[in-house]
Amino acid sequence: MDKLWLIIKREYLTRVTRRSFILATLLTPLAFALFFVVVGLIFQYESDDSKRIAVIDESGMLGGVLKDEENLFFKFTTQPLAELRAGFEESDFDGILLVPPLDDILSRRHTVFYYAPKQPTLDIESLIRARLSERLRDYKIEALALDPAQLEALDTRIELEPEPIDENSQDASKLTGAIAAAIGGIMGIVMYLVVFIYGMMVMRSVMEEKTSRIVEVMISSVRPFQLMLGKIVGVGAVGLTQVAIWVVLIPVLILIASLVFGIDSSAQLEMAQQQPGAAAFDPNDAEAMAALALQEFQSLNWWAILPLFIFFFLGGYFLYSSLFAAVGSAMGDDLGEGQSLTIPITIPVIIAFYIMIVAVQAPNSSLAVWASIFPLFAPIVMPARLAFSPPVWEIALSIGLLAATSIFFVWLSGRIYRVGILMYGKKITLRELGKWMFYKD
Amino acid sequence: MADHILVLEDIVKAYDRHLAVDRVSFAVPRGSIFGLLGPNGAGKTSLIRIITTITQADEGQVWLDGQRLHSRHPEQIGYMPEERGLYKKMKVGDHLLYLARLKGLSKTEAKARLTSWMEKFGIVDWWGKKVEELSKGMQQKIQFIATVVHEPKLLILDEPFSGLDPVNANLIKDEIYQLREQGMSIIFSTHRMEQVEEVCERIVLINKGRNILEGKVSEVKDRFKENRFRIDYKGELPEGLLSQVKVVGQSAGQITVEVSEDAQANALLRELLDKGVYVQAFNEILPTLNQIFIQQVNPAETYG
Repeated sequence: MDKLWLIIKREYLTRVTRRSFILATLLTPLAFALFFVVVGLIFQYESDDSKRIAVIDESGMLGGVLKDEENLFFKFTTQPLAELRAGFEESDFDGILLVPPLDDILSRRHTVFYYAPKQPTLDIESLIRARLSERLRDYKIEALALDPAQLEALDTRIELEPEPIDENSQDASKLTGAIAAAIGGIMGIVMYLVVFIYGMMVMRSVMEEKTSRIVEVMISSVRPFQLMLGKIVGVGAVGLTQVAIWVVLIPVLILIASLVFGIDSSAQLEMAQQQPGAAAFDPNDAEAMAALALQEFQSLNWWAILPLFIFFFLGGYFLYSSLFAAVGSAMGDDLGEGQSLTIPITIPVIIAFYIMIVAVQAPNSSLAVWASIFPLFAPIVMPARLAFSPPVWEIALSIGLLAATSIFFVWLSGRIYRVGILMYGKKITLRELGKWMFYKD
Repeated sequence: MADHILVLEDIVKAYDRHLAVDRVSFAVPRGSIFGLLGPNGAGKTSLIRIITTITQADEGQVWLDGQRLHSRHPEQIGYMPEERGLYKKMKVGDHLLYLARLKGLSKTEAKARLTSWMEKFGIVDWWGKKVEELSKGMQQKIQFIATVVHEPKLLILDEPFSGLDPVNANLIKDEIYQLREQGMSIIFSTHRMEQVEEVCERIVLINKGRNILEGKVSEVKDRFKENRFRIDYKGELPEGLLSQVKVVGQSAGQITVEVSEDAQANALLRELLDKGVYVQAFNEILPTLNQIFIQQVNPAETYG
């Protein structure tokens, strides 16, 4: 145990004190914050060239009123079109809008004309259309003598409020599903990255020790299994450290960045939802949504989710990194040659990733349920389902199977590793790896 | 058994239908330097891995210091493999400390011993250097220190001088002699026969997994001698003098003869002196270990 501890300590300390580790750990959150700032600034950017548009209202429907925008000004004029067009160069207008009369009040289409040296840009076009459509609506209401209040009442927004069957269980709000899906998705992606980044780290390190013949020196003092386990635990601790730092630093830096650059995240939300033709977004609605989301976020059972996440993190990491260690031990000096050996490991990870994407949308589908119990997929799929509070028996079964499988795989990989690290100059096939498991010591 | 640090009895080890070690037995006397010889692929490394408990023999027994080999024994063995590496990014001091502590030394003990070794080699200022800054020969010194720092009872050195310049090779060699004086037993594995002749007292020769020769170096050489003598002389040899011996080589002032028994050589020398030949040198030609090695490993070829 003393030796194992020494190995773990070395593996951990040499990595976390390396400059490249410190840089990656600190720069990644910075990169996230930078990305956030850039995206925020892009969304906040608005067309800065203001346009003046001459409006000829032949129909008289507009009543001389068309609301200006920050960078778009409407100027009603009675000058004839021909005159305006002739004197366009000298005028300070950027375009001329001609609104012909409406033939039929019940018509659902109306064509207006826009005269300008250049095609209208998309934002101007959609603004003009929205403004005119609004005004025409008001005009029609008046012309048809309709009751605006009754008209408003025609549109009914449906809000689905989920309620539990069991009176005692916690009440969920309409956002629960979305929040849980977001959190589950993030957890699943983190797990996917963890398996690849740190599993590969273990594999490369095992390979280096083998090709530089360090193992030859080491195994006269320690058992190969100790060496392998020490490395897996050490690198795992490095991974936990890095992820923990990121979990703290990324939100903090993003918060600081948004304060410094004055980026309002609800502005992004607004922009994202504001598509041509869509109803105007109510900022009050956004605030209420954000508050509800925050409340939902807080109401999740983090005391259960976080420890479980750490468990699946460790289980998945041990399971896959031990396999990567076994493959690393079999590789020779040629990285490319051994690459094919990693395929059987990466395939289940990638499959699990896709199942995870489906699982956050339908967390209780039988695919999601069984994949989150199957040990090779569980480390990625189960964390994605945790926020949906799956039944306890499913979590327990998943944990039990994952723990048993991880221990079994670590043991199995140890059997391969002890043969592999001392084997040189042979092209290794999967069949051969299988045989090594049964070698005597 | 008491006067042997290591005893191997009928060791057999097979890898995947290939017999690497086939009933090898030998014993290493306490406090001696023992040569483990053999061509590439003879099974030396397999044997060493069994002795260092890296692998286990399929059959046979290994006794270290009178005890059946067990898992705590590696702490009493120092093994410097032929293919050896160090963590390049680690500092020399940290690396040595790590290896010493893996051999069971406490931190303070390890530090004290390492410091005294580094003082001995005059390399104390390397402590804070990174391993990758050292040359191959310098790294070898570090490896040697790491191999002996826990004062093992048995030291196994596989090609310890490869890559060392003559000055540093001598430095290590002197240390090996000193360690033997302190009672350490040393197994020395190499292809360099002149080193074996110089350093080892006993040898075992392994070929194709089998033990084909074992004994004291002087005895082994004696066993393979062909009773040949070289005589350097001045003047003329009298006629008929060499009729009773077989002349195998002759040049100006030198003659090589083969006798059928040792007494014949004495008679020949006496006769030469009686006949007034001025004898400058009279030497028995013993085969070198190199010749014995080549002859034993490739019986088709003979040495001359």
